Amino acid sequence: MTTAARNDNFVVFDHVQKSYDGVSLVVKDLNLNIAKGEFLTMLGPSGSGKTTCLMMLAGFETATHGEIRLDGRNINLVPPHKRGIGMVFQNYALFPHMTVGENLAFPLEVRGMGKSEREAKIKRALDMVQMGSFINRRPAQLSGGQQQRIALARALVFDPALVLMDEPLGALDKQLREHMQFEIKHLHETLGITVVYVTHDQGEALTMSDRVAVFNDGKIQQLAPPADLYERPDNSFVAQFIGENNKLPGIIEELSGDKALVRLATGELIDATPVNVTQKGQKTLVSIRPERVEFKPEMMPAGAHTIDATVLEVIYMGDILRVVLRVAGSDDFVMKMRNTLGQTKLSPGQHINVGWHPQDARALDPM
Amino acid sequence: MTDISSSLTTADGRPLKAALAAAQARARRKAFLLVAPLLLFVVVTFILPIGQMLQRSVYHDGFSKAAPNLSQWFSANPEGTVPDEAAYAALVADLVQMKKDKTVGEAGTRINYTLPGTRSLFTSAARKSESLQPPYKEAMIALDAEWGKAELWGAMRSSASPWTSDFYLIATDRKRDSDGSVVMVPENQRIYIWLFAKTFILSGVITFVCLLLAFPIAHLLATLPMSKSNLLMILVLLPFWTSLLVRTTSWIVLLQGQGVVNNVLVSLGLIGDDGRIAMIYNQTGTIIVMTHILLPFMVLPLYSVMRTIKPSYARAARSLGATSWTTFRRIYLPQTLPGMGAGALLVFILAVGYYITPALVGGADGQLISNLIQFHMSKSNWSLAAALSGMLLVGVLLLYWLYDRLVGIDKLKLG
Repeated sequence: MTTAARNDNFVVFDHVQKSYDGVSLVVKDLNLNIAKGEFLTMLGPSGSGKTTCLMMLAGFETATHGEIRLDGRNINLVPPHKRGIGMVFQNYALFPHMTVGENLAFPLEVRGMGKSEREAKIKRALDMVQMGSFINRRPAQLSGGQQQRIALARALVFDPALVLMDEPLGALDKQLREHMQFEIKHLHETLGITVVYVTHDQGEALTMSDRVAVFNDGKIQQLAPPADLYERPDNSFVAQFIGENNKLPGIIEELSGDKALVRLATGELIDATPVNVTQKGQKTLVSIRPERVEFKPEMMPAGAHTIDATVLEVIYMGDILRVVLRVAGSDDFVMKMRNTLGQTKLSPGQHINVGWHPQDARALDPM
Repeated sequence: MTDISSSLTTADGRPLKAALAAAQARARRKAFLLVAPLLLFVVVTFILPIGQMLQRSVYHDGFSKAAPNLSQWFSANPEGTVPDEAAYAALVADLVQMKKDKTVGEAGTRINYTLPGTRSLFTSAARKSESLQPPYKEAMIALDAEWGKAELWGAMRSSASPWTSDFYLIATDRKRDSDGSVVMVPENQRIYIWLFAKTFILSGVITFVCLLLAFPIAHLLATLPMSKSNLLMILVLLPFWTSLLVRTTSWIVLLQGQGVVNNVLVSLGLIGDDGRIAMIYNQTGTIIVMTHILLPFMVLPLYSVMRTIKPSYARAARSLGATSWTTFRRIYLPQTLPGMGAGALLVFILAVGYYITPALVGGADGQLISNLIQFHMSKSNWSLAAALSGMLLVGVLLLYWLYDRLVGIDKLKLG
């Protein structure tokens, strides 16, 4: 298998639908291809259907309609224990009546593996997560981070090609979470496994994934690499969900190729890039990242439209200054300024003009 | 060199240890005062009566108090001494006094416990005691040849001291033979050991049946959504809120010869009218009804443990490659162990001491040790009842100790 072509269809969701009550759909017509070796994150608010998708893939839920294929094989009717998929649970689910070693031995024992082979694999898996000396401890004697490592080792010890992770870092504190993110990512790279990762933490999704599928309302809103997701959201939901965003509702005044002119409700004109607007006169929601908002004319492209803004508040956050502005009648417009030497001091009540590069302002569907 | 802890002082120079002890003593006093009423209640209503009852199992002064002269003779002459004229003289003097004090009945009853069938010996001898003339030995034996028998004198010797192990001997089907050594009573007179064994066996069967029945119910309760499990829980608890007598008698209605179950079986043609099954007033009845009554005590601890077992354990096991049976056996079952242990211990201890139900539906062969304890209580043989209760208590404590060694009392979850 040295020169095998990259398998882009290692996991396939083919028109998958899921309903629990026969009245409403939790997952609506899901189509998703996951490549072998990919790190794919399902991101979304609770109730968006992401965990249901993971459970269908693991075999704990059955699809109401459609087909799920693993390595070309339809697994709709394959029971979970025959799928050979590793899984890491939100609360670790380490068996409390077994030691760490017994926990790791469990998947190998049920596969009928011999004792010496078992021990070698357990040792390797524990060393992989730097927990080799904890083999005789019980889960209750471990800290949250240590339990997480053991859960990870247990999901990997039987060499699954696909590992599912259901918000595995949700219970850890921030610092440990960031450290574990790095470790999981590192394991993914060295082992070459395919990872499907579910989280509602967008930071986690952006730092770890090859691609992120943003779920809302049972549908994938956007499936893209992290940078695309952040910088080029396809619709208002994604723009709102990923990172901080300023929203300016308005109507398309002019539309020409990749440029649009939007008239705000208060009458001002702003530049934007049309994303999912198609014609003049259409309602739109323009989204701009706070760090892309400029107030110094020399930082804006020539001929850029600017609008009046009143400084309401300047919040000192260390690396940045967060400036809350009144723009076009709304009081929640945010601008982030780098806290550099010689940065202009703004004070509440001050009037400034703000503008941006047209490609940073994206004219999306109205919410 | 001074001890570091004693050299530390508070800001005003008092030793730190003393200051700490003073501060804690106040809190301890307060805490003790808070629990004092309950403590008093428990001591007065629980510990004292039980202690007194247990004392009765080794203490009976019915004979020793009424026969001071004989007691004196027994303590002066070692065991095995053939009773001489002095002994008989003491006996007659005591009998005369007993008649006067009207204590001969009580004294005779005490001897009767140790040596059955001797009570009338005392009452008739006491009646004639005043007319007896020396030599008393011949006179007494002339009255009844029994007075010359070593067994009777042995019984009187052991009853002459208020402290006695006689009742525990009786409760374990043993007795002292004529030379004072402990032997088993003849096979056809043994009652108690077999009854103890039967009580423990029946309780074991009831516990096991309860466990079998309660496990699926508790699992269902723990996994159903709240609204449905609440309804089911009410059904489980309903027997708790119904009178024990009502429940027991309704079983009689169901199970008796002309009862509902037999009538249904007959009308279905499964059994003939003359082949009605005896399901009550025997061991079967005791097992059925007690299982029903004790079932909630098994369901509740099991439920409380099962509720804490997260479904993700089973899912994890399945995702790791275990079949549903392996998952149940290796992941779920071991985690329910504290609940099973608590439930089994609770049901077993309750079953071992159960009285009303076997009394009502046990018939002749469904009686348990508690029924015999009650029997002796009603016959005023409190000492034997106390000895039987004491043995029951020791048995239960032994079981408790065993459970602690095997499972650990700290793992006991009663809900």
